[in-house]
Amino acid sequence: MGMKFALNVVLGLALFAIVGVKLLGLNYLFGVVIPYLAVTLFFLGFIHRIFMWARSAVPFRIPTTGGQQYSSLPWVKSSKFDNPHTKWGVVVRMALEVLVFRSLFRNTKMLKREGKITYHWEKWLWIAALAFHYSFLVIFLRHLRFFTDPVPGFVQFLEKADSFFEMALPGLLMSDIVLVAAVTYLLIRRIIIPQVKYVSLPADYFVLFLILGLGLTGILMRYFWRVDIIKIKELTMGLATFHPVVPDGLSVIFYMHLFFVSTLFAYFPFSKLMHMPGVFLSPTRNLPNDTRMRRHVNPWDYPVKVHTYEAYEEEFREKMVEAGIPVEKPLEKPVEQQEE
Amino acid sequence: MRIYNAKPIFIGLVIFFGFATFPFWYNGGRAAPPPEPKLDTPVIQKLEKKECVASKDYMRKSHMDLLNKWRTEAVRLANRYYVSAAGNTYPASLQRGCMKCHSNKTEFCDQCHNYIGLTPYCWDCHIPPKQVTQTEQVAKKGE
Repeated sequence: MGMKFALNVVLGLALFAIVGVKLLGLNYLFGVVIPYLAVTLFFLGFIHRIFMWARSAVPFRIPTTGGQQYSSLPWVKSSKFDNPHTKWGVVVRMALEVLVFRSLFRNTKMLKREGKITYHWEKWLWIAALAFHYSFLVIFLRHLRFFTDPVPGFVQFLEKADSFFEMALPGLLMSDIVLVAAVTYLLIRRIIIPQVKYVSLPADYFVLFLILGLGLTGILMRYFWRVDIIKIKELTMGLATFHPVVPDGLSVIFYMHLFFVSTLFAYFPFSKLMHMPGVFLSPTRNLPNDTRMRRHVNPWDYPVKVHTYEAYEEEFREKMVEAGIPVEKPLEKPVEQQEE
Repeated sequence: MRIYNAKPIFIGLVIFFGFATFPFWYNGGRAAPPPEPKLDTPVIQKLEKKECVASKDYMRKSHMDLLNKWRTEAVRLANRYYVSAAGNTYPASLQRGCMKCHSNKTEFCDQCHNYIGLTPYCWDCHIPPKQVTQTEQVAKKGE
């Protein structure tokens, strides 16, 4: 259900671009207005979301860690990076998480075998996720050649390395193939594993379909229904320098690609894609486990009006003694003497 | 409203925005005008009918594909000629075909390739035609 809905939305977006450009001739809207709106929404939404997060207090360490804490017992080896107690340990743990998805690496599959529950080595999700994220990064950076003039050396280097095999012309880019393969895997995984399908929502499928659509339109433009990339750069440079121009003769598939990207940008701050900044703010990753070394004061503590036991006893001592309740400090004179 | 851990949050946001707005500050708001490949070589000027092996639109979008096909045909099938849609036969060769007319690599090929930061590997093997620089042209005229 959710899958069909998500697919229909993405197809609807494609149709929207086709109708807008082909039938209504809204080239300026799709080429300039929508991209600018999308990027504005992206930046504002991004900041808003970060501040929403920054407003919630993280009063205590949440050490859901995968290893032994420092100095529990002298003969127990501590896990420096899985359970760090120093800032640098956290930096290493964070780098491992961000760059190589360490927590995903620990993914296991639970199976019932011979009546017992067993856990199995499961690395496909981790591999696909790595392949997807890195190819997306390479593709994203490669696109800077449309937004910079002169094109910086690292972008040219990336392109050279990406088309290393020198197959076909324009050179076949490895990242294109890896991206589509990885996204397809991530999508199929969601569909055929019953448990994963059960927890999948339209939003989960939507992003995958959108990125798949983005990749496919890009591949079509490069290898099959070629477009005039000089004109495209004229448009994109116009966007990057705030002098927007819309050259004639750009194909509808380009506008579709651009509209998909705009959708992705606009949707980003309101979606699960915010895991990009979110990973840096995840308390189980970015807090050193120093609960037993430092005092952590709850940041929302306010001065509470307390009535200590000492003050209580001071107030009710006589009555307590009368009632036979033991007191810490005896009365100065016995009760009978007072009565006299 | 209270912001917790404001310092790292702000530093992170500043770093992110520095990177994310890269195209906006890198160009400094100025875009070079789109390139115009020059067609005024002596050979082209002498042509009665100024036409390429295929339409301008096709050549702008897919010349690399055509060259790749030519190479495959020449290397694998020894087919060194290309019959255009207009019925003319051309040598299917970069050096003996294309560059005969477009002898101005720097004003023709390089214009667009540089604009989008491409360095085609054609010239790893092929030799671009010798181009007379402007100063040399002036010197020759004086003789």
